[in-house]
Amino acid sequence: MELWLRYARVALMGQFSKRSNLVVVTLAQLLLTLSALAAVLVLFARFGTLAGYSREEVLLLFGVAQVSFSLVELLARGFDSFSAILAQGEFDRILARPRGTILQVLGARLEFSRLGRALVGAAILVHALRALGPAMVADGPALAAARYATVASMTLGSGAIFAGIFVLGASLAFVSPDGLEVVNIFSDGGREMSQYPLSIYDKALRRFFTFVVPFGCVNWLPLEFALARPGASWPAAFLPLAGFAFLALSFLAWRAGVRRHASTGS
Amino acid sequence: MIEVRELRKTYRVRRRRAGLGAALSSLVHPEWSVVEALAGVSFSVAPGEIVGYIGPNGAGKSTTIKVMSGILVPDSGSCVIKGRVPWKERKAHVAGIGAVFGQRTQLWWDVPVSESFELLRAIYRVEPAAFRKRHDELVEALGAGELLGSPARSLSLGQRMRCELVASLLHGPDLLFLDEPTIGLDAVSKLAVRDFIARENRERGLTVILTTHDVHDIEALATRVILIGRGSILFDGGFAELLAPRRDKGVERALAELYGELGIA
Repeated sequence: MELWLRYARVALMGQFSKRSNLVVVTLAQLLLTLSALAAVLVLFARFGTLAGYSREEVLLLFGVAQVSFSLVELLARGFDSFSAILAQGEFDRILARPRGTILQVLGARLEFSRLGRALVGAAILVHALRALGPAMVADGPALAAARYATVASMTLGSGAIFAGIFVLGASLAFVSPDGLEVVNIFSDGGREMSQYPLSIYDKALRRFFTFVVPFGCVNWLPLEFALARPGASWPAAFLPLAGFAFLALSFLAWRAGVRRHASTGS
Repeated sequence: MIEVRELRKTYRVRRRRAGLGAALSSLVHPEWSVVEALAGVSFSVAPGEIVGYIGPNGAGKSTTIKVMSGILVPDSGSCVIKGRVPWKERKAHVAGIGAVFGQRTQLWWDVPVSESFELLRAIYRVEPAAFRKRHDELVEALGAGELLGSPARSLSLGQRMRCELVASLLHGPDLLFLDEPTIGLDAVSKLAVRDFIARENRERGLTVILTTHDVHDIEALATRVILIGRGSILFDGGFAELLAPRRDKGVERALAELYGELGIA
């Protein structure tokens, strides 16, 4: 932890030394979030509901996706941009230091410009929770607490999936050093997609994003329970754990990648 | 200190050919060629030695260094450094070595050099008191005091190299890998770097493996040279001895002729 704080301090100082860059990137990030938000608002202004979900219900998912994605981008940028770390020989430097690779890769890149975006996401989340509050607390304090906890675990689980995608992408970089745009389909694509209930998508897509990349487990399925919709029961609150299983598996791929690097040297 | 026996390492390299058609077909049927980087390398280094590890580009120098610094696992052969096999006990091994790669920095680019040193202290878990002592000695010896507040990116090459040397020795290693430590430096900085290394060796018994193309570095520092070419050790002994028959031509020309004669140029 002490080491991570040191990394954070160095990253912060570095980013503040290029203040204008930090401001521009932060503003661009905010604009991106606001335009995505505008798209949701326009959609609901035009149609009123989306496959049975109200505007605030979708905004809840939107907030979960924005907060989790931007925090993971802040914290795990090293894995997201790992092909650059590898290409510059920075990874050999990491191996030549007496600490674990995961902590050092995390520490190599911390993107504080994502904080603004995370805050906007959090504001949207709070707004949605306030609007949906009455339905969530209607059947007693125990269930109400469970429903709020579910929203928290959805956010954490969704973050674990994004982190897992970054780690998988980084592991793949050991095999194919060329920029892996494929990974962005899952990270950026996953963010865009998980802003809406998965139930609105095609069946094949929905299955893939439930059983392979488990966005369904942090999104639509627990959402039903959090919103106290009929037919949803408390076990759904535990589904977001699937995100952590995904992350754990991605670290296995990472270990295989590191081992491969040690024997190929490139 | 270092025992290297019969190290072998081959790389599979994807063969690339020119043209779009060839690029597409290599996507489906990649062609591999095998490069033998180390073809049975053996040597040993005693504590307190400064060994010049030389040879032309692609001879296997950096592969050897990567094996010795725990980054690369060889195909066969053994390497034991201070009783440890580098790639089997990576963390314990690298905690006791230092490395300077002249063409790459180990400092954090955008923050004052002192912040990089503090980060290294945390990475290597050096006790604050021991760190302070070591830090002050090194900074004084290299005259790096007035550089501590500047970010690494604003330093000149010579200034940066002095900070790199401090950074590589802050955790008190007794073995240092130096790769091209004087590349691109002016005469004053070159001499300062050489003097510093010689002094660390003399006063602390620092063992140094020096890989460089600068024959004057070798001449000034190394008591012994190991020459590698095409993955094999071709010579192991004194530098004067290596060049003895052609010494009158100047070290640079003498070495070039030797490479030509050995067919490794």
